[in-house]
Amino acid sequence: MLDVGYWMLDVGHKINPESKIQNPKSNIQNPKSFMEPYIEIKNLVKHYGDIKAVDGLSMKVMPGDIYGFLGPNGSGKSTTIRMLLSLIRPTSGQILIFGHDLAVDRYQTLSRVGALIEKPDFYNYLTARKNLDILGKLSKVQNLPARIDEVLAMVGLLGRAHSIVRTFSLGMKQRLGIAQALLHNPDLIILDEPTNGLDPQGQKEIRDLVKTLSQERNITVMISSHVLYEIEQIANRMIIIDKGKALVEGNVHDLINGEDRQVTYIVDNPEALRQMITGTPWEAKFQKSSPDRVWFKITKDEIPVLTAFFIEKGVKIFAVEPVRSLEDFFLQLTENETAN
Amino acid sequence: MRQLINIELFKIFTKPRTYIGFGAIFVIIVAIQVGIKIKGDEMVGMIIETLSDKFIFEGKLINMYSVGYIILNTLWIHVPILVALVTGDLLAGEANSGTYRILLTRPISRVKLIISKFIAGWVYTTMLIIFMILLSVVVGGILFGTGDLLVMTTKVSILSSDDLVWRFLAAYSYGLLCMTTVAAMSYLLSAMSDNSIGPIVGTIALIIGITVISTVGKSLLEPVLPYFFTTYLTSWQKFFDTEFTMNMISHDILIQFIYIFGFFFITLFYFRKKDILS
Repeated sequence: MLDVGYWMLDVGHKINPESKIQNPKSNIQNPKSFMEPYIEIKNLVKHYGDIKAVDGLSMKVMPGDIYGFLGPNGSGKSTTIRMLLSLIRPTSGQILIFGHDLAVDRYQTLSRVGALIEKPDFYNYLTARKNLDILGKLSKVQNLPARIDEVLAMVGLLGRAHSIVRTFSLGMKQRLGIAQALLHNPDLIILDEPTNGLDPQGQKEIRDLVKTLSQERNITVMISSHVLYEIEQIANRMIIIDKGKALVEGNVHDLINGEDRQVTYIVDNPEALRQMITGTPWEAKFQKSSPDRVWFKITKDEIPVLTAFFIEKGVKIFAVEPVRSLEDFFLQLTENETAN
Repeated sequence: MRQLINIELFKIFTKPRTYIGFGAIFVIIVAIQVGIKIKGDEMVGMIIETLSDKFIFEGKLINMYSVGYIILNTLWIHVPILVALVTGDLLAGEANSGTYRILLTRPISRVKLIISKFIAGWVYTTMLIIFMILLSVVVGGILFGTGDLLVMTTKVSILSSDDLVWRFLAAYSYGLLCMTTVAAMSYLLSAMSDNSIGPIVGTIALIIGITVISTVGKSLLEPVLPYFFTTYLTSWQKFFDTEFTMNMISHDILIQFIYIFGFFFITLFYFRKKDILS
C-alpha cells in the first residue's frame, strides 16, 4: 500500500556547496528541461570587500516555470537578482538569459525581461500613466497608449491611470510595479519580494496575478521571497539559498512531499490506535502519544492514506494537524548548513 | 538619444524644485533693479563726485546696461546654487527615489543615459541664463532705458551703447560656460551619491570654499590658483575691457572646457561600473 522508498527518492537534491547543481531527475520528468533555460547562472560570485554576498551560485529557470527563489534576509537573493538585471556587476561567474551572455548582450536580453525589484518606486510626482509612458518609451514599446491601458487593466488600475503615484497605497504601487514589468510584453519577469509590506488580501492578489500571468499569458516568472508559504502556493520549482550559496533546488511538490513532517492526530483512544498500527508499516512512523493525541512522522501524501486507514479501523478522528511546513524544511536546511 | 533627452527634460521640468531656480532669479534680479531704481541716483552721485575732476558726465549712467553689468556680477554667487539644485539631483535623485531600479533594468545604455541627463541638465542651465538675460533686458529696458556703460575695474572704461550688445552676449555665454563647469562638477558628485543633498551642498561648498581660500590665502595658493576653474569665474569682465582681444580670454575658456570634459568623463567612467544598490 505504501512505498516509502519511492517518496524518499522523489525529493529535491541537497547541494554540495562546492559542486554545481545537479538534478538529473528533473531532466527526465520535465519535458521543458530539453528546452534552453531562460535563466542560467553559472558559479556566480559577488564580493563586497571581504564579504561574499553570493558565493558560487548556479541555477536554471526553465521556460514556463514559476521559479521560487527562497532565502532568509541577507542570503544574497536581491544581490543575485540585481546581477541578473545588470544593476550589479558580478565578481565572477556567468549569467545567461535566453541563452545570451548578459555581460555581452545586455540590451537584447533586457528587452525580453520585466522586473520589479524590492519596493516599487516611481516618479511620485507623475501620474501612473505618465510613469508607464516614460518606461514604455525607454523599452521602445509599440502602440504604447493602448498597451498602457492593457497592463493597467490587467493589474486593476485603469481607473487610477491619471492619479499621481504619490497618492497610491503600497498595494497599488506594487500592482503598478507589476504593470511596468509587463509593459514591454516580456517572456520572463523577475519579481523580488513582491508581497513585502502587503496585507494578506494584497498578498493573495499578487499571488493570483502571478498565477494568471503564468497560466494565461505563458510568462515565465522568477519570484524571490522569504515568505515560504508564498512560494509553496505558487511556484512549481524553487531554489533555497543561504549565505550566497544554494542549499537545495528542485520541484516544489517533490521537495515538500518528499520530506517527513510531524502530524498530530487528535483521537478518542490513542492507546487503541497504537495497537492497530502494531505490525504495519505505520509502526515505524509512530513518534509518541498523549491521552488524546498521537504523533507520526510522515510525508504530506501519506497523511490521507494514514487517515483513511484509521477511519477504516473505526478510529474517531477529531483533528489532523500537520506541523511540518516548508518553513520547517527551510529552517532545517539552513541549520544543517550552519552546523556543517 | 533624442527620446532619452526629451524624457530627462520632461522629468526636470515637471519637478517643482526646478522652478525654485527661476523664481529665485526673478526675485533677485527684480529686487536689484527696483533697488537701483529707488537708490541708484544716490549711488551714482557718489561715483560721479569722485571722478568729477577727471570726467564730464552726460546722459543716463543708470541704464539697462549698467544694471545688467551689476546683475552679471551676482552670477557666480547665486546661479551655481540654482544650477546645483537641479544637476546635483539628476542621478542622486534617481538613487534617492529608488527609480534607478526601474530605469536601469530597461534596455538602455548607461553611457547614453549619462549623456542625455547631462544634456538635459545643460539645457536647464542655459534656460536659467536666458531667463536671467531676458529679465535683465526686459525689466531693465522698461525701468531704465539704454545708455553708455561706465566700468570701473583697475581702470575706468566708458563703453558706448552701440558697442555693448556683443559684449553682453559674450559675457553671458562665458557665464554659461562657467555654469556648465559647475553643472558638470555637481553631476559628478550626483553620480557618486545616493542623496541629492550631498551633491548640492558639496558643489556650493567647493565653489565658495575654493574662492574664499583663494582670496584669504592667496599667497599660499598662488602656485595652484591658475589650475582652479573658480579662479576664472569672473573672467567675463574681460569682455568689457576697451582693448579686449580673444587672447585675453582663450586660456580661461580652455580651463573651463578641460574641467567640463574632465568632470563628465569621470562621471561616465564611474557610473558605467557603479553597482546600483539603492
